[in-house]
Order: sequence, then structure tokens, then C-alpha cells
Amino acid sequence: MVRPAGDLVWPLAGMVAVAALGTALGLWRTWWWALLAAEFTLLVFAAEALERRLSFRLKRAYQSALAWVFPVLALAAWEWLARSAILNPRWFPPPTQIAGALWDLTVNVDRFSGLSLLGRPWLLTARIAESGWAGVSATFAESHLWATLSRVLVGFALGAAPGVLIGIVMGLNKTVRAMLDATMSAVYVLPKIAVFPLLMLVFADPFGEGPKVTVVAISAFFLVALSTMAGVQGIDPVLVQAGKNFGANRLQMFRHVILPGALPIVFNGLRLALGTALIVIVAVEFVRSQTGVGFLVYYHWQVLSTPKMYAALLVIMAMGVGLTVVLQWVERRVMPWRR
Amino acid sequence: MDAKVVARAARKVYPSLAGDVPAIVDFDLEVSEGEFVCLVGPSGCGKSTFLRILAGLDTLSGGEAFIVPGPDPSRPLNNVVFQEYAVFPWKTVKDNVAFGLQMRGVPARERSSVADAWLAKVGLRRFADYYPAQVSGGMKQRVSIARALANDPQVLLMDEPLGALDAQTRAVLQEELLRLWEETKKTVLYVTHSIEEAVLLGDRVVLMTAHPGTKKAEFVVDLPRPRDLSTTQSQRFAELTAAIWAELREEVERAMEAQA
Repeated sequence: MVRPAGDLVWPLAGMVAVAALGTALGLWRTWWWALLAAEFTLLVFAAEALERRLSFRLKRAYQSALAWVFPVLALAAWEWLARSAILNPRWFPPPTQIAGALWDLTVNVDRFSGLSLLGRPWLLTARIAESGWAGVSATFAESHLWATLSRVLVGFALGAAPGVLIGIVMGLNKTVRAMLDATMSAVYVLPKIAVFPLLMLVFADPFGEGPKVTVVAISAFFLVALSTMAGVQGIDPVLVQAGKNFGANRLQMFRHVILPGALPIVFNGLRLALGTALIVIVAVEFVRSQTGVGFLVYYHWQVLSTPKMYAALLVIMAMGVGLTVVLQWVERRVMPWRR
Repeated sequence: MDAKVVARAARKVYPSLAGDVPAIVDFDLEVSEGEFVCLVGPSGCGKSTFLRILAGLDTLSGGEAFIVPGPDPSRPLNNVVFQEYAVFPWKTVKDNVAFGLQMRGVPARERSSVADAWLAKVGLRRFADYYPAQVSGGMKQRVSIARALANDPQVLLMDEPLGALDAQTRAVLQEELLRLWEETKKTVLYVTHSIEEAVLLGDRVVLMTAHPGTKKAEFVVDLPRPRDLSTTQSQRFAELTAAIWAELREEVERAMEAQA
């Protein structure tokens, strides 16, 4: 079947026309955003016209291709806008330059701190042979990424584990719930980063890892505890009755009914807590750290190296995505019934 | 006949600020070993409450209601088939069926073979490894029935088990229940608000009054067994349902007035 080509041709021709007109009339400098919006709209029409031409089997692949192709186009547009100085490259450096900065952060060890983004993991085996466990920590201590990651992971574990425990107790026991719920909900709305100065006082070493890890733990704790409580309370009472009627004792009830019943909402809480943990750790590293990706962002602001700021942001994004993927993987393993 | 389930002057009140609200008063009932008794009444007459009391999920305020323990102490006294199925979403169909056995500490191998046998009897063998979310409502209720029967309770308590199903699925499951009962001859107390279902399934239909619930009338269903859906076409079936409806109608109207 031959379709008339009009629906594909006119948006593409329109895109060329808008670009040419903008250039001819010198509109790009002031009206770049309006021109880009027009180009984007026409692109959507073209993309839809293209989709109508595809067979049913190709349509799915096309949809996922769009998700990949569009960001590439957007980056290309950014690159061009920055290179032609329509966007100020000081604040919006071209993506290629950001990629270069990322490479720079990865391979060049900072002269003063002796750190780089990933450290020098290739020295790991040699260092272990030389000094055992001390070699491992020496290698990790050179990495900004690992500094942040370890704070998040340790703090998250230290907060989430007691959070789940308290949450379960609060879900099961009416008295404990009555005593803690109002207080916990009140403390929950306090931005946890606000207690950081207090934690620096409490810990003997205000610049050490103690307060940093603790503030992450606190922020994770309340979220996880409250959502675990909600999860336990949300279990369908008829399932608890069924458990009872079929002779489950307390331990069996916990293992076969309460725990699996609460898991979906517990994981909701864990996911939220992970996001909060990242926010908190970056903020802490802005203020009080010579290591970590938050420090990288802040430091390169101080020396006005925007490409490296963007590079550090990319690393934080990648870390968030990576941790979420890991959590989702665990979730699927722990709750196979939820597909 | 030995009484298997006994209730004498059973009474249940719910405390409220305006004073005690009676739900069940002066309720007497006897169910013999191997008898299938249906409890019918208007909504809110306390029939489900009575079942839950027998199941140990609720308590009486006065009188008594109990199941007479049989000679074999290892057999559980009762198991419930809930209207809402109450199958565990996180367990596979097979693990759900084996749940009671697992709680009683039956070894895995035996539990697996018992569960397989019951899955075959209710036509779920193909779905053994499915999760409840992956099967239909009718199948979930089959899982729930198989879970109760696999545990081999002395009395089977069924709380409007087919109430949430569509008419066709319900008809299929009614026949299935008849077939399973012929095989097992269990003592069953079956709560329903469908007169037809009660007459089709039961040996005896006990009618309860509207709020507060007590026994209003009793009908012996003398339809021959084994029965199936064609039983509902018989003259006697029509007579019985009409007689029960004549009594029940008044109670339903009373219950509606009480709600208004």
C-alpha cells in the first residue's frame, strides 16, 4: 500500500523552513526557545507520521527507539546552541565538553587531595599483596564515588534496619503505636539535614564520617519506620484470620502472613528513603566534606569549572539510577508474586 | 445421631455508647456428624458472626457454641472458607492449598502429595505454580476450598463462599461442592443468603430472623442425593424454596425497615 507522503513531508519541510527563516532573520539569538519549541512540535508530527508507516511488529521497537533517539537529538541541539554561543557556554557548556570533564575527573588524580572520581582500582591487587586489608581501604579512600556510596549504603542500612523493626512493632502493637505515632510523624516532617549541626556537636570528630552517616541513617529511619507501620496495618484482616484459622502460631503468622503482606509498602518506603538519602548526603558533602560527589559539585562551583559541575551531577544521577535498579532487582527477588 | 456442632442459648452483643447492641440472641443449633446444614437469613442477622464464633475468630457474650472434638486429636476442629477467598497473594496456588498442613508441621513431601491430590480434585493441577493474582475469582475460591479440605478439618465452615462470584461461576462451583461433599461426607455449616443454594446443597436449612438473629424456622431438605443442578428443576425443590421464602420474606422486610 502506498500512502501519500504529505503527512511526513510537510513537518520535515517545516523544520527546515523554521531553521532557515530563523537564521535569515537573525532570530536565533533572542528567540531560540520559541524556534526550538516550533521545531520540536514539527518533529513530533514527523515522528508520528513515520510511526503510521511502520508494521505492527516494528511499532514497539520504534517507541523504545524514540526514548533513546530524542535525548541524543536534544544533546545535539544543546551542543549547537552552546557552540554558537546562543546559550552562554559558561553556564551551559556543550555536552562534549562535559563528557571531557567527566573523563578528566576519572583519570586525573587531584594534586592536593590525592583523590579522583573512581580512585585507582587497578592498584587493588598489588596493594592487597603489599598490605592486606589496609590496601583495600587505601584504594577505596582515593575515590569520591566510593566516599559518597559508602556513606549512603552504610547510613541507609543503619537507618532502614531499625526502621523496619520499629515499624513492624508499631504496626502490630496498638499501645506502642499510640505512644510513638504522633511523635514520629512530627519528627518525620523535620528536614533531617537540619539536625546535621547538632550531630557534628554530638560526635567527637565533627569532620569525620560519624555525623554524615548518622544524618543519612536518621533520614532513612523515619521514612522506613512509618511506611513499614502502614504496610503492616494495611494487611487485609481476613488474611490474618485465615492464618489464625489454619493454626499459625505467632512466629508462623509473622513469617507467612505479616512479613510478606507488608513487604510491598516496605519497599515503597525503602525507595523513597533511598532518594532522601541521596539528597541528604549531597547537601552534607556541600557543607562539610573534602570527599564525595557532593563535594565535587560544590568545589567546582568555587573554582567556576562548570563542565566538572555537570560531570559530577551526571555521576550523582547515575548513582541514583544504579541504586534504584539494585533495589528493584532485590524487590523482584523478594516478591516474585508481584511480577 | 451424635451432635458435632452445638449451640445453646448463644448470645452475642456489641457494646456501644448507646448501650449494648444484640446481634445474636437465644440461638440454638445442633449439627450432626456428616450433616450439611445451611444457615440462611437476611443481611446483618448475625449468621456470619455465629460462624466466626465457631471458628474461634470471635467470642460469645453468653450461652455456648462449640464443636465436639472427635477421637483423633491431630485433626483440626474446623477450617473456614471465607467469602473473600482469603488466599495468600504471596503463595503459589499449591502452597496456599498446603498452608494448613505446613502450619501443623506436616513434612514437605507428604504435604506436597496431599496438596497435589486436592489440586487435581478441584481441577487446578495446571495452575499449581501460579500466584492467586494470575487466576480468576472462581479459581481463587477453588483454592480456598481445597486449602480447607486438604487440612481435613472435623467441621467445614463456609461463610458465603460463592457470594462474590458471578452467576455462572457460582453454578459450576455449586455442582463442584456437591461432588466434593459426596466424596468427603464432611460435617458442613454453610452460611448463605441464597435460598436456592441452601436447598440445593443442604440436608437441612436453618432460617434466622432479622436483627437480632435467632432461629426462626427449620426445613429438612428431603431431596434425594446425589444431587446436581438438575435437582433445581424438580417439583419438590420449588415447593421447598417457596416455603422458605414465605418465612424469610417477612424478615427481609423487617431488616429493610430497620435500616431505613
